[in-house]
Amino acid sequence: MNKIRQSIREAILDSGLKSGMTVSFHHHLRNGDYVLNMVMEEIAKLGIRDLTLNASSLFDAHAPLKEHIKNGVVTTVLTDYMSAALGSFISAGGMENPVQFRTHGGRPADIENGRTPIDVAFIAAPACDPMGNCTGKFGRSACGSLGYAIPDAKHAKFVVAITDELHPYPLCDWSIPETDVDAVVVVDSIGDPKGIVSGTTKITRDPVGLSMAMTAVDVIKASGLLKDGFSFQTGAGGASLAAAKYLKDVMLKEKIRGSFGLGGITGYLVDMLNEGCFDALMDVQCFDLKAVESIRSNPKHCEISATQYASPFSKSAVVDSLDVVILGATQLDTDFNVNVHTDSNGCIMGGSGGHSDTAAGAKLSMIIAPLSRARLPIVTDRVTCISTPGSTIDVLVTQKGVAVNPKDKELALRLRDAGIKVVDIHELKALAERTSGVPDKPRLGEKIVADVVYRDGTVIDRIREVLQ
Amino acid sequence: MRRSMLFLPGNAPNMIINGDALGADSIILDLEDAVSPDEKDAARLLVRNAIREMGFIGVEVTVRINAIDTAYWKDDLNAIVPLKPDLIMPPKASSAEDMKTLDAYIAEVEARSGIPVGTIRLIPLIETALGVERAFEIASACPRVTALFLGGEDLTADLRCKRTKAGNEIDYARKRLVCAARAAGVDVYDTPFTDVNDDEGIVVDAEYAKSLGFTGKSAIAPRHVRTINEVFSPSPADIEYAKLVFEAIRIGKLQGKGAVSLRGKMIDKPIVERARQTLEAAEQLGLGGLEDE
Repeated sequence: MNKIRQSIREAILDSGLKSGMTVSFHHHLRNGDYVLNMVMEEIAKLGIRDLTLNASSLFDAHAPLKEHIKNGVVTTVLTDYMSAALGSFISAGGMENPVQFRTHGGRPADIENGRTPIDVAFIAAPACDPMGNCTGKFGRSACGSLGYAIPDAKHAKFVVAITDELHPYPLCDWSIPETDVDAVVVVDSIGDPKGIVSGTTKITRDPVGLSMAMTAVDVIKASGLLKDGFSFQTGAGGASLAAAKYLKDVMLKEKIRGSFGLGGITGYLVDMLNEGCFDALMDVQCFDLKAVESIRSNPKHCEISATQYASPFSKSAVVDSLDVVILGATQLDTDFNVNVHTDSNGCIMGGSGGHSDTAAGAKLSMIIAPLSRARLPIVTDRVTCISTPGSTIDVLVTQKGVAVNPKDKELALRLRDAGIKVVDIHELKALAERTSGVPDKPRLGEKIVADVVYRDGTVIDRIREVLQ
Repeated sequence: MRRSMLFLPGNAPNMIINGDALGADSIILDLEDAVSPDEKDAARLLVRNAIREMGFIGVEVTVRINAIDTAYWKDDLNAIVPLKPDLIMPPKASSAEDMKTLDAYIAEVEARSGIPVGTIRLIPLIETALGVERAFEIASACPRVTALFLGGEDLTADLRCKRTKAGNEIDYARKRLVCAARAAGVDVYDTPFTDVNDDEGIVVDAEYAKSLGFTGKSAIAPRHVRTINEVFSPSPADIEYAKLVFEAIRIGKLQGKGAVSLRGKMIDKPIVERARQTLEAAEQLGLGGLEDE
């Protein structure tokens, strides 16, 4: 059997892709990805139209998609995250059908239950053998885990692995096995390593960010969850990483051995694993070179699929065993609903990713955010877009105090007993507005440009067009 | 309780706006070294408006004005004193006369602003060789002086030596200031540890300052604040021991004993005094103190 195809075009033709079908992509190459653009260009040249594009995330590197949308090649977009280059185009009403935003757990669930079937999945594969065993752990475009691609490969009707590093058969340490792959294409380059993973992710030096990070760790300590067997997830941004660093110091000092760190994995979580803070890392995506090196060499650093990470309909998912997650927010309202989809003008610049999944699963879901950003208060009466429902958020940590969701009365008492400054969220809103003023509401039109599909499949909010 | 004092540049609104969020017991809004001469007016306005509008909660506000030998100090006091900051820090304090001059002028501004005269206190910054030698007279110059503050950077320039991390060059000044301040019955604060990235160094430096008798320590890096607070807070063991001292005294009284000992050591007046200070500090910090007795 020969699975090697001479070009992307040949593989597309071989796949039987026709107008009206669905193609899928993963985002492990992040802003360095070449594969989505290369494939879509060939599809457009072949005259195939009216496609549904299902991508686990879309970055600024994917801005050429705008032309394919304008030309009718792509008429429906399903994704978990969309950065500003495409987001501003969608928010300006650039697409007829609303974008469907899902979560990192909801996406594989809907692929598996048949709500969003995939006809052809294109897998960017940093290392691959001629029969399609492939991984992100090796190669010049190494990205570490291929967790988001695993459900696509497993459930798509036709799977094309696209690689720039063909290894002799068999490539043993695969993420996706040959049993799932129909065709293999070798190209010059699948991505720009500079955009795929950061050299290093560094914690913030901003004193306000560091202060919030210390408070976040105080909250974790006071919650009673920080004990042997503790599990933890944090993001790669600003104060979240600083919290991981301070948490490590506390765990080492108090000799607490956690069970696992989860998520998008950074070098800071790798350090925690190596220094004995955790027994394992469960990795759906690597954020930096240290994480890539670790998943390649340390058997305790486990690759997991998006399904295992967060699917609400799998028999179990790792988020359901999570103690604490630290998350960000662009906006949060007095009911603790969080917006991570739109900016202060109502323009799409993000998406849930795993936000809603981890918030729903973790015992303690914590948002860290400064009271104001660019002179705009973070806390508002009602978020422009509900990405994560307030019922799943426990705590907001700001530099001026910690607000606890009124549903968590015992937690509020615990934090107060530990000397943490607990403040009503309405007070935080008033304080921010006193300093920064009340921002104007975004100017939105009637047209719906995106639906926010919660992890259980229900539409929890609709994003409207931004008027210029 | 004032353990940590954090310098914030008077011309940095992003820092000032979060002044009460950085964990320091006192923030020092700086109109002097952090501000270039062509920005003095702007910084003075910014600091004035920040104190008026921000209502810094749970943190003491100190303003470092410009030195008495500059053209700015009266303008600084005219702008700041009416807003009732807790403390004014005059730099390069070198004589009791300087303190008396400041005392008189602050009294004038207080009076015309409707503030009871004597409300605002002084924490002179000792950062010259002359200031070190006259530390006691500066500390005793007027009732407004509530603490002395050592400035190691300018002092070493005046001493014509290099400022080092070990700090041997300022050791004499540290000890002299502690002695002078205690003799005058006021508090005393140590110079900042200036390597902002050295998280271990700040612990060593703060612990040394505490061992000499300093009341607390200043910082130029917000990340050092928590360490300073921890070092200058009574430890659980200190609090436990202090409680045992008072318990032993109570039992001794019940038993009619004239002299009481604890762990084989006679409880004398200094031990009682230290125990009382520890429990007072613990009480202020909500760590359980005298009220538990």
